[in-house]
Amino acid sequence: MKRTIILFFTGLFFCGKIFCQFSSVESNNILLASEPTVTHSAPVAGEHEHSEEPPQNHGASGVGEAGHTGTDSHGEHAPFDPKSTAFHHISDLNVFSIGSWNLPLPCILYAPGYGWSVFSSGKFGIDNAHHGNGHLAIDGYVLNHGRVNRISGEFPRGTVEVEAIFSSSDKQSGAHEKDSVRIAGIHYGLDKPSTADAGLFGGGITSFYDFSLTKNAVSMLLVILLLSWAFLSMARSYRKAPGTAPRGAQLLFEPIILFIQDEVAKPFLGRQWERFMPLLLALFFFILGLNLFGQIPFLGGSNVTGNLSVTMVLAVIAFIVVNTNGNRHYWEHVFWMPGVPAWVKTILTPVEVLGVFIKPLTLMLRLFANITAGHMAILIFISLIFIFGQSGANTGAGLGASLGSGLLTIFMMSIELLVAVIQAFVFTLLTACYIGAAIEDHHHAAEEHHG
Amino acid sequence: MIATLLVDFSPLKPDFGLLFWSTVFFSLFWLLVGKMAFKPIVKALKDRQEDIRNALDAARQARSEMSDLKTENERVLAEAREEKMAIIKEAKESANLLVAEARDNAKAEAQRILQQAKLDIETAKMAAMVDVKNEIGAMALQIAEKVIRKQLSDQPSNVAYIQQLMDEMDRGGNRAPSQKA
Repeated sequence: MKRTIILFFTGLFFCGKIFCQFSSVESNNILLASEPTVTHSAPVAGEHEHSEEPPQNHGASGVGEAGHTGTDSHGEHAPFDPKSTAFHHISDLNVFSIGSWNLPLPCILYAPGYGWSVFSSGKFGIDNAHHGNGHLAIDGYVLNHGRVNRISGEFPRGTVEVEAIFSSSDKQSGAHEKDSVRIAGIHYGLDKPSTADAGLFGGGITSFYDFSLTKNAVSMLLVILLLSWAFLSMARSYRKAPGTAPRGAQLLFEPIILFIQDEVAKPFLGRQWERFMPLLLALFFFILGLNLFGQIPFLGGSNVTGNLSVTMVLAVIAFIVVNTNGNRHYWEHVFWMPGVPAWVKTILTPVEVLGVFIKPLTLMLRLFANITAGHMAILIFISLIFIFGQSGANTGAGLGASLGSGLLTIFMMSIELLVAVIQAFVFTLLTACYIGAAIEDHHHAAEEHHG
Repeated sequence: MIATLLVDFSPLKPDFGLLFWSTVFFSLFWLLVGKMAFKPIVKALKDRQEDIRNALDAARQARSEMSDLKTENERVLAEAREEKMAIIKEAKESANLLVAEARDNAKAEAQRILQQAKLDIETAKMAAMVDVKNEIGAMALQIAEKVIRKQLSDQPSNVAYIQQLMDEMDRGGNRAPSQKA
């Protein structure tokens, strides 16, 4: 009975997910196909002052019409770009895209020397058919492919109509020009939100900071509220009827909690296992909840645990917990490994010190890479349909590819379910392992032996 | 090169907003739910485990007590059975003894009765013998008397003598009662 229900829901889940991916990729594809003529003629930002504007037959609300007027897209089919499609779907956005709808989210933006701007991203006038471009600029901010960008340089406050947004992700050329926006016939360069990678991954500090409750932040909040509700009500039923047989949510979560307790906390943390149970359970359920939430169809497929910011925070928290709980023996082992010759210590100490930082780094990267890779793989399998179908030009090949990549996607998603659980478990397990290494005290005898 | 390739790959770029919200949300989840839910749940599970362990121990103890009780019962039962057998045996023995005694008594009684009977018979026989002797004596006497009478009647002297004798006998016969008196 139970197995049948699980099978049913799994089936439903797969069908839904596939449908969702299909519908959203399709809408993306239509937009991509409609754009090239606009993009083609777009001059690089900054050059526009002295270059003659190419004639545009769109009206004032160019962005809005670019998506709808079929005049451009009828002529030729732009090659489908799986890379930008996949990147867009795993990115954090200032809208919550469900299918082809973009639900507005709160924007909290700060530009140094300019101040805070707080408003709903719905004020951008999101064009649902245009994959998250807004046709209004607010306080110098525009919505570019679902993400808030800021017009470089000085721009007056207030709401201004945007004629067109030219995004590098819409272009097929490998060269990356800065995204730009045309307002009242003038081209302005666009800045992406500041990122903390110091330019390492193509980001860096720009003219503004985005503290918005983005799609990922909202997903996180939803999952946390759901988990909090589940666990608080569960704790209440334990309090109300102590010592009775588990019921309802207890039946679902109790084995998992006991599994973490008996397979993770007790073996690695020894006598102090109970102290770290809240952290381990919070980590496990937070990661698992978000991993699974990202796989639910019709809910935007948020790639939260596949975002380096989130895994970085988790890893930093693990790092802090490990090192603030480290005892004398732990630091002794890091800086002055007992029981090895002095010359070996000169090699060991740097390695151990590096290890202190590499451990959380691997935690961060492992989770990020696994979840992002899973999302990417599914998106690319779906993209195969459009590649084979040549964006609708070859229906037969498209249908064939649908079948093939449908099966591949089902296979991939089954693996993703597994990965969701495994990665949550691995993160928790390794955190427990690192904490255990920092707090264990059974080196006593060995140390005395070494003298 | 990497930067150019990854310019669109935004999940890899640590976003300040997401860093901030992740920290806030996860810390809240960890601290609040950890304190209000995970800690009590873990404690409840631990308590229940303890309860179950105690219950199992109690059950085990009860079982061993039960088995002790059972062996005790069996022992008592066996003892009772043994006792019963002993009692029955004893009863049988005493019954046998009683029967034997009774038989002996009866035998003795019979012997005694037989003896008595014999004695009685002897006595009766003696009495009968005496009677017979007396009878025979009387008869002999009568015969003798008759014979003698006949002889005597033949001779008057004899009659006289007899008369004399009879007188003597009478005297003797009278003498006895008189003597008694």
